[in-house]
Amino acid sequence: MISIWLIPSIILLVLVTATIKKVPSYEVFVEGSKEGIQIAISLLPFLLGMMVSIAVFQASGAMGAIVKLFEPLMSLFGAPAEILPLAFIRPISGTAALSMTTELIRTFGPDSFIGQLASVMQGSTDTTLYIITVYFGAVGIKRMGDALKVGLLADLVGIIASIIIVIILFS
Amino acid sequence: MVNLIWAFLAVTGIIYAAFNGTMAEVNKAIFSTLDEAIMITLSLAGVLIFWLGLMKIAEEAGLLAGLAKIFRPFVKRIFPEIPENHPALGYILSNMTANMFGLGNAATPMGLKAMKELKELSGSDKASRSMITLLAINTSSLTLIPTTVIAIRMKYDSQDPTSIVGATILATIISTIAALLIDRYFHYKRERAMRL
Repeated sequence: MISIWLIPSIILLVLVTATIKKVPSYEVFVEGSKEGIQIAISLLPFLLGMMVSIAVFQASGAMGAIVKLFEPLMSLFGAPAEILPLAFIRPISGTAALSMTTELIRTFGPDSFIGQLASVMQGSTDTTLYIITVYFGAVGIKRMGDALKVGLLADLVGIIASIIIVIILFS
Repeated sequence: MVNLIWAFLAVTGIIYAAFNGTMAEVNKAIFSTLDEAIMITLSLAGVLIFWLGLMKIAEEAGLLAGLAKIFRPFVKRIFPEIPENHPALGYILSNMTANMFGLGNAATPMGLKAMKELKELSGSDKASRSMITLLAINTSSLTLIPTTVIAIRMKYDSQDPTSIVGATILATIISTIAALLIDRYFHYKRERAMRL
């Protein structure tokens, strides 16, 4: 896999270039790293608060109930109802989505229609709520403007697109 | 908006649990999530500390500026508000490149650093136009190689673990273009509202 080579190559490129250009690499590294500690700590309250709220919503069964509510709508579009929980949870919780994808692939098989659809859905969008929490939390953005609307609408387009693409390509 | 969503999730969850008889699960979820949040932050801290250190070297060595220079015409269209040669551009590009190669671990620190630069540019606690655009690009995910998914497919003996790569790229392209268009739409809507 290329990805195994990628990160070491980046490190190599950065360090070799820096040494040639006489940048004091280790000192600069330490200086830049300090910012990482600061960002991680300022991130914690945002992340922790959001995660607890999502966990309560999920553990209570409310998430499952809402998903059930939308099931008929989903089958109307010719998409299997089994995929709906994943479509719902993908923008909200990354870990939950990943475990759902794994579960779907395990149950229906990686090369089944549902398995393919779950794979594409998992791979083609990211966890909007997590990204907003982390990115805005780390720099202390309090008023997020249209960010959430933009992110969730784009997720919707991405999920609909993956269903259509998988139907065209694999069935 | 985030206040409403946050409260909504927890309040609905607790009320639903009261009727559904799942209060024990809710209780457990609260405390296990606290641990999980700390663990995530800790592992994120490691990645952040390492990559921000390395990227600082890249910045001083002129690599980020070089990257920004190559893609300037393209990025300028997406982020018209950022002044030319601003370090934010280099970090945004590193963030996008890392995302494309599925290096989520490297993408987040670069994205956060870019956000920090953008905040210094705007000097307010309200999300600026560029910040929303950067967020939109990240939430729609630019993955070219969905490594995690391929790994799961391999684990469950797929005949062709990488068969979904083409479809994933296509879906990603569509959702990213949609994200940029929706972002533009809301931007112009905001501008119109300001003028009126």
